[in-house]
Amino acid sequence: MTEDMTEATTHETWVGKLDAYLDGELDSSQMQELDRHLRECPGCTAEVLRRLQWKRAVHSAGQCYVADPALRERIQRCISPGKPAWWHLRPGFAAIAAVLLLFAGARIVQLEVGQPNARPIRDNLVRDNLVQQSRIVGELADLHVTTLASANPVDVVSSDRHNVKPWFAGKIPFSFDLPELQGSQFELVGGKVSYVEQSPGAQLLFRVRKHEISVFIFQSRALPLDFASTEEINARSFHLESWRRNGLQYFAISDVAPEDLRALSYLLNK
Amino acid sequence: MKKLFFHGNKTAPRWFTLVCVLEERSSPTSFEQLALPLFGRLYNFAHWLAQNREEAEDLVQETYAKALKGFSSFEPGTDFKAWMFRILRNTFLNSRTGLKAATVPLDLPDDDPALPAEHQTPETILIDRASHQIVQEAIAELVVPYREVLLLCEVEEMSYQEIATALAIPVGTVMSRLSRARRVLRETVQKKLHRSSP
Repeated sequence: MTEDMTEATTHETWVGKLDAYLDGELDSSQMQELDRHLRECPGCTAEVLRRLQWKRAVHSAGQCYVADPALRERIQRCISPGKPAWWHLRPGFAAIAAVLLLFAGARIVQLEVGQPNARPIRDNLVRDNLVQQSRIVGELADLHVTTLASANPVDVVSSDRHNVKPWFAGKIPFSFDLPELQGSQFELVGGKVSYVEQSPGAQLLFRVRKHEISVFIFQSRALPLDFASTEEINARSFHLESWRRNGLQYFAISDVAPEDLRALSYLLNK
Repeated sequence: MKKLFFHGNKTAPRWFTLVCVLEERSSPTSFEQLALPLFGRLYNFAHWLAQNREEAEDLVQETYAKALKGFSSFEPGTDFKAWMFRILRNTFLNSRTGLKAATVPLDLPDDDPALPAEHQTPETILIDRASHQIVQEAIAELVVPYREVLLLCEVEEMSYQEIATALAIPVGTVMSRLSRARRVLRETVQKKLHRSSP
């Protein structure tokens, strides 16, 4: 009797969470528990299917209004930075810039010859940057290896981007775009929160064939140095590709071929 | 940071300032590059709110104008989509149709607990029979607070947090409105199906 009551309570509790489940708003542990409950409860499974049907119906019916292309053009004209009055003078600007560069180059050579100590200072700066860069790349490689070695590599387990992306809401101080990967060779495994330089970011795990790829996303301003907008680096036999988008710094790291890494970064960056 | 330094530095040569302005205009996070991909989505949402093509076009134009003007206040890395939808929604609420819609009361207060789930009835199975048009009519008949939350969730696939940001309401209110919107929609479709069935 008591067991029946407990089961009924559990069932009612889960029914109340079905919408959040379908909207991808439950945390990973609740998702897994509800998945288990659905396997055992035909009533809830039927209810989930019914609600899913409604969601699809509304999704499809809700996308019905298409704007006049002329409106788009009008708006684009208004928000595009227009060509200023001096635009036709740009060949002249280019010539002036070339002359200035020549003068600047000559001056630098003159200073280099006159001040032999200048080179070590600049070399130190370059070296510091390389040290910082290799430290961050090392941290990322460590995080990737730790993830692969873990029994629970991700905290939100789902191949559906609509489950994974919302899971990060409130856990990291930014949001990011996660494109549809269906039809591509890549499969989303899930994600978790990771830290680099004491800043929180998203770590997404993808699978291609039998390889795993970690994609880390951090706020650019949280990192101590600028990575080039698109850069390939080798770290301990791992390949790393980095790029920047909308104030966010992305890193993709894996032991897959660089072409695969580039293909994934293209998908995430488009 | 670089932009502020060079723009604020009176001693910087003019040609250097010019280069910085050019760089800023061609920056990958320029307003145009962020905002233009949202055009179709914003228009669809505006049309659903205004229920009228001309008004929807005005809304979208005004939204872009306001967003461009206020773009300097947008913090990079935060949710740009929610920011744009919020501007659109506020613009709508200040329009004549929006002011009228705001006076329509909700059937239940926002802080009411979520409704219990319905059990499957023969009527609810009729969703299979519900045509696109019937669902569209039912969405259009929802009061604006239900319509907007439903569209942002189901069509725009925003998270509850994003919807809360776009509509400037707490996440709990998003959840309760969504629950009611779905229920009212189902009931409306069922009534329409009953009326249309012989």
